[in-house]
Amino acid sequence: MDAKLIKIDSLNFHWKKNSDFQLSVPSLTINEGEKILLLGESGSGKTTLLSLICGFISPLSGNITLGNTSINELNAKNRDRFRADNIGIIFQQFNLLPYAKVIDNILLPLYFSKQRSSRLNNPYQTALDLCNSLRLPEQTKNMKASTLSVGQQQRVAVARALIGNPSLIIADEPTSSLDMSARKIFLDLMFSQISENQSTLLMVSHDPSLADHFDRTINIEDIIERSH
Amino acid sequence: MLLRLTLHSLYARWLTVSLTIFAISLSLMLYLSVEKIRTSAYASFTDTISQTDLIVGSRTSSIQLLLYSVFRIGNATNNITWESYEDIISREEVKWSVPISLGDSHKGFRVMGTTDEYFTRYKYRGGQSLEIQNGEHLDDLYDVVLGASVTEKLGYKIGDPLIIAHGLSSFSKHEDQPFKVSGILKKTGTPVDNTVIVSLEAIEAIHVDWSSGAKTPGLETPIEIIRQMDLTPKNISGVLIGVNSKLQIFKLQRWVNEYSEEPLSAILPGVALQELWRVVGVVENVLIGISIVVIFTTLIGMTAIIFSSLNERRREMAIWRAMGATPTVILGLLMLEAFIVSFLSSVISTIFLFLLLIILQPWIDQTYGILISIEMFSVDELSVFVYFILAALLISLLPALRAYWLSINDGMTIKI
Repeated sequence: MDAKLIKIDSLNFHWKKNSDFQLSVPSLTINEGEKILLLGESGSGKTTLLSLICGFISPLSGNITLGNTSINELNAKNRDRFRADNIGIIFQQFNLLPYAKVIDNILLPLYFSKQRSSRLNNPYQTALDLCNSLRLPEQTKNMKASTLSVGQQQRVAVARALIGNPSLIIADEPTSSLDMSARKIFLDLMFSQISENQSTLLMVSHDPSLADHFDRTINIEDIIERSH
Repeated sequence: MLLRLTLHSLYARWLTVSLTIFAISLSLMLYLSVEKIRTSAYASFTDTISQTDLIVGSRTSSIQLLLYSVFRIGNATNNITWESYEDIISREEVKWSVPISLGDSHKGFRVMGTTDEYFTRYKYRGGQSLEIQNGEHLDDLYDVVLGASVTEKLGYKIGDPLIIAHGLSSFSKHEDQPFKVSGILKKTGTPVDNTVIVSLEAIEAIHVDWSSGAKTPGLETPIEIIRQMDLTPKNISGVLIGVNSKLQIFKLQRWVNEYSEEPLSAILPGVALQELWRVVGVVENVLIGISIVVIFTTLIGMTAIIFSSLNERRREMAIWRAMGATPTVILGLLMLEAFIVSFLSSVISTIFLFLLLIILQPWIDQTYGILISIEMFSVDELSVFVYFILAALLISLLPALRAYWLSINDGMTIKI
């Protein structure tokens, strides 16, 4: 399993309005199935890097390749479609549409990705199975997302990111709003589920103590070149 | 799925959303009811008199002639002599004619002298005839038939005595010749409701002892003698005329207008009604204008509410984007929301309107003589909703586009 999933080559980016912030990533490779922890202080450009990989923003120069696709060469519409097909995203918190039922939240990515929904024979059952393996009680499926505890909400977000087997899961400090015990439960459940799905995980955090869970830890300071 | 989620989302904000819908519904209802009253008033108004081809009076403007001969407003500037009347009706074009004589009143209601033919020839609302509710037509010289509103206001019953006053607000009354209520007309919603109808001869009879607008002192002809007199009137106020063929209307009109014995006017009631409506209708146009402004104000209010909710919903937009929604989907979601709100407002305003009409219809009919038809919307009225929803979509494009740009720029970096 040494096929490369993410390959970044001489990437350059800066926000237009805030041009003293500049991000350069000369080279970064992540293999398929790897679980990577990306460590960095806040403001170090972690989230910007994630946004670039997800194709929310485009680099000034350089290349980002996901699988066989050079996402910086796609237009905005195709980037959106590519993201829907290939990437599951978990935020720090407030991951879910608060007014929608848990089950709808989990199924929604399938609505935007034919590729992901075509992998499932019975999406509804798959969603229930995911809930089950993530230890979400049966009755939560029809509850409004906003009525769940934060820990449960984060697990629903994992189910949503995983449904339809996207090749890459991106998590932006998903544990920062959880207490220590909830954090451990959450990480254990997430890891076992990601392993089962054989997805690649790129998780961002500022907490080095999480490193044990991961195959590899990358410190953001080691891969970026900053020029003020 | 998107529709269901949008409904969930709206439901989650039910208080603001329902207040918005309520405000829009009320303003829509305001517009619709003004429009409804306007069309009903127009219909009632232009149908005040129908199937009468010409109205003839002494030389005056067409609106004034219409006002006093049909609406009982104002006075005839001059009378027509009986000889001229006979000249006119002897024309071969004339199929029927109903002379009317105005000038006296009873407790604020106009008294009109006419012939029995008035009851069969006068038509309103597309050919409806006057109908007797109670009692019978004019039979005796001193019989009087009352309009529905007169009876309602003054509480007369069949057989009650009644004294006619001389002139419109005069204190002198024709006390020596009391009348008797012989019939009461059904409500028509026309000025006939406010009219006291007597025979032409009766008008002549009560003025036997009068000359130049005052009673001749000392003279009091007994009723028995009056009854035996020749009571053919010397003057009348106007004539309603029907012609044999519509093609002859203009020929007869020209003949009347060029009549050499005395200056006369002949008008087409339909045309004169339209002219008069143009004067009266201005008020309705102002109301329409105001309600359109009200609708736009509430639409702008709705947009402002969407705008102000955008910031707190940026997180939601980011979630949609993370799940693969394109900015176009975000735009569509907001437009869908505006569509649902405006559609619901349309439906609710319709319900409000019909409730209002059901409650107010009898009162409007009685007070203003305007019968508002409670029926399903015409194509015109439905198109109001279509235009309104289109306007709502157009105006909500502003916050939707803003959300579109926000969601492009925010990507996944949202600061809450």
